[in-house]
Amino acid sequence: MMGHARKTTPEGGQGGVQTWTGNRGLMLEEPLLFEKGAVDRCGVDLPDVPEVKSRLGGLERHRPIDLPGLSEPDMVRHYTRLSRQNYGIDLGIFPLGSCTMKHNPRLNEKMARLPGFADIHPLQPVDSVQGALELIDTLAHWLKMLTGMPEVAMSPKAGAHGELCGMLAIRAALEARGDSRKVVLVPESAHGTNPATAAFCGYAVENIPADARGRVDLAALKARLGPDVAAVMITNPNTCGLFEPDMIAIGEAVHAAGAFVYCDGANFNAIVGRVRPGDLGIDAMHINLHKTFSTPHGGGGPGSGPVVFSAALAPFAPLPFVLKQGDKYALIEEREALASADHNQSFGRMVAFHGQMGMFVRALSYILSHGNDGLRQVAEDAVLNANYVLASLKDVFTASFADSGPCMHEALFSDDFLDGTGLSTIDLAKAMIDEGFHPMTMYFPLVVHGAMLVEPTETESKASMDELIGALRSLARRMLADPDAYRAAPYLSPRRRLDETAAARKPVLTWREPVLAVAAE
Amino acid sequence: MTRYFTKEHEWVDVEGDTGTCGITSYAQEMLGDVVFVDLPAPGRVLTKGGDAAVVESVKAASDVYAPVGGTVIEVNADLEADPALVNTGAETGGWFFKLTLSDASELDGLMDEDAYKAFVATL
Repeated sequence: MMGHARKTTPEGGQGGVQTWTGNRGLMLEEPLLFEKGAVDRCGVDLPDVPEVKSRLGGLERHRPIDLPGLSEPDMVRHYTRLSRQNYGIDLGIFPLGSCTMKHNPRLNEKMARLPGFADIHPLQPVDSVQGALELIDTLAHWLKMLTGMPEVAMSPKAGAHGELCGMLAIRAALEARGDSRKVVLVPESAHGTNPATAAFCGYAVENIPADARGRVDLAALKARLGPDVAAVMITNPNTCGLFEPDMIAIGEAVHAAGAFVYCDGANFNAIVGRVRPGDLGIDAMHINLHKTFSTPHGGGGPGSGPVVFSAALAPFAPLPFVLKQGDKYALIEEREALASADHNQSFGRMVAFHGQMGMFVRALSYILSHGNDGLRQVAEDAVLNANYVLASLKDVFTASFADSGPCMHEALFSDDFLDGTGLSTIDLAKAMIDEGFHPMTMYFPLVVHGAMLVEPTETESKASMDELIGALRSLARRMLADPDAYRAAPYLSPRRRLDETAAARKPVLTWREPVLAVAAE
Repeated sequence: MTRYFTKEHEWVDVEGDTGTCGITSYAQEMLGDVVFVDLPAPGRVLTKGGDAAVVESVKAASDVYAPVGGTVIEVNADLEADPALVNTGAETGGWFFKLTLSDASELDGLMDEDAYKAFVATL
C-alpha cells in the first residue's frame, strides 16, 4: 500500500472521538519522510545535467536512488510536528534521576552564539583563536578550583568518555611503574557505565556490595584490596542519592594498597561549591558539564566530560591541552612539544580535535554568572529540593533508604508499595505520561526493587515540584484502588503503550517501501 | 541427575562430569521479558562464580555467573533466535550452556531445590 497509513488515533481516551485525519485537535499526526515524499518533488531548483561521458566503466547507477523528494515547507512542518510530540526541560519538570535535567540558562546560549566562539574552526591558526583558547584555559582553571585537583583534561566528550580517559590514565600510571594489576572494583551503588569502562580498558570487574544503608561496604572493600587491584571506581554521591561518608577512609585504604580511586562525578551537582573531591583522596573524576554546569543534554546537545586528575596522575593526562606561555595561549598537541617533564608521560589523544567548544562557553558562562555563592546555592537547593520530594512522598511510596538520613540530590523509591496489585514501576511511569510528566529513572539502581530515582534539580520551583508530587500522590492512591485502570496507560499520549519486548526481539531498523516488501515475499 | 542452585539464581544439572546450566524461574520472573542472551563460546574455561553469560531483558542487563567451574562444551543455540525460551522454560528448554566440570567438589556449597525455595521465600 502506498501513501500514508493513518492508523494511530488513540482508541478510547478523550471521549472516544475519532477523526478522519488521525489528528487530535491541533496535535498533528506525521508520517515518515519516506512515506511523505515523492520522487517528482524537490526542495531545490537543480540545473539540468548536461550530457557527460562516464568514466566509471559500467559501475554507473541505473536505477533511481529512491530518496523522497520534499519541499522546504514539507520539511519544516515535518520536524515542527515531531517536535510538538517531544518533551523537554523547556516544557516542564524532567525528573530523570542521575541526569541532572536542570534549566539551561539563556545567557549561556547567547554567549555560545557569539561569532568569535561559534564560527571558528579547529584547524584555524592558534594566533587567530587566542580568545577561544583563553576561554578553555579559564574554564580549566575554575574546574580545578572547584574540585581541588591540580590537572584537568578538557577534551573528553561526555561522562563515559571521561571515565575511559580517567581509567586510561590510571592504566598508564600503573604501566609506567611496571605494575600489571588486573582487577577494578566497582561498588553496587556506582553508575552502570563504570563496569563497562573498566572492562573496555581490559580489566576484570569485581563487585563490592552495598551495606544496609545503601553505602559502600567498607569492610568488604578493604578485605578485597590487594596487589592485583588497579583501581576502585566509586560514585559519590552514589546512585542511591546518598553521600559516601567513608570516602576518605576508602581513599586511604585504596592508596595503601597501591591502587587508584576513580570517582564518577556525574552527581557533582549535589556537592559543587561545598565539597572539593581533591580533599577526599580522589585521583581522577570526570565532570559532566552537561549536568552540573547546565549545558543542554538529553538529546538536545552534545555532552562534555572534562576529567580532573590528582598530582599522581597529572603526568599521564591526555593530549591536547591549552598552555599559557607568556601572554599567549598555545595548544599542545604532541608529547614532544611539552617543555615540562611533568606532562611528557601523556597516554596520548582521545579525540580528533580539542573538545566541545560550545559546551565550554556555556559552562564558563554558568560558572561566572553564578559565582562562588551562587554555585554553593546550586548544591544546597538541589539537595533541598530532592529532600522535599522525598519527604512529600515517603508516606505513599516506599522510600528505600529514608531511615539512613536525608538524601543528596535525588530521592530513591522502590515499587514495594504496589505489591499485590500486579502493577510495577513501568505502569506508574506510563501513567505519569498521561499526567504530562517525563517519568523518573526506572529500574536503576538495581539495589532496590523496581527502582524509581527522582532528581528534581535546583531549578524547579516549589510550585513545580508540588504539581509533580500532587500527581504522584494521586496516582499512588488511584493505582492501589483500581489497578486494572493502569495496566494499559498511557491513554492520552501521541502513542499508546509501546511493545518494548517486540521492539527489542524483532527490531525493524530499515524502512522498506511497502510495494517492494510485498514483491520480495 | 542432581540439580543444584546458587544464591545468584543459577541452576546446574549434574550428570557424571557434565553440568547443564541456566537461570531459575524466579530469576526470569524478576528480569521480565528476556530479549537477548549472550552465551560463552564452546571451549571457554569458566571459573566458579565468574562471568559466564549475559541476559538482557526489557528492564536490565545482568551477568550470569558460572555455578561451578569447567570447560564449556555446548550452548543452547535456540536462545539466539528465540530468547523468550528463557521466560517460557527457564529451568527446561531455556538452558544456557553445558560444561565439563573441572572440580566436582565445587558443588558442595550449592543449594538443593528445597533449600533454594526456602532462600527465595526470604527475598
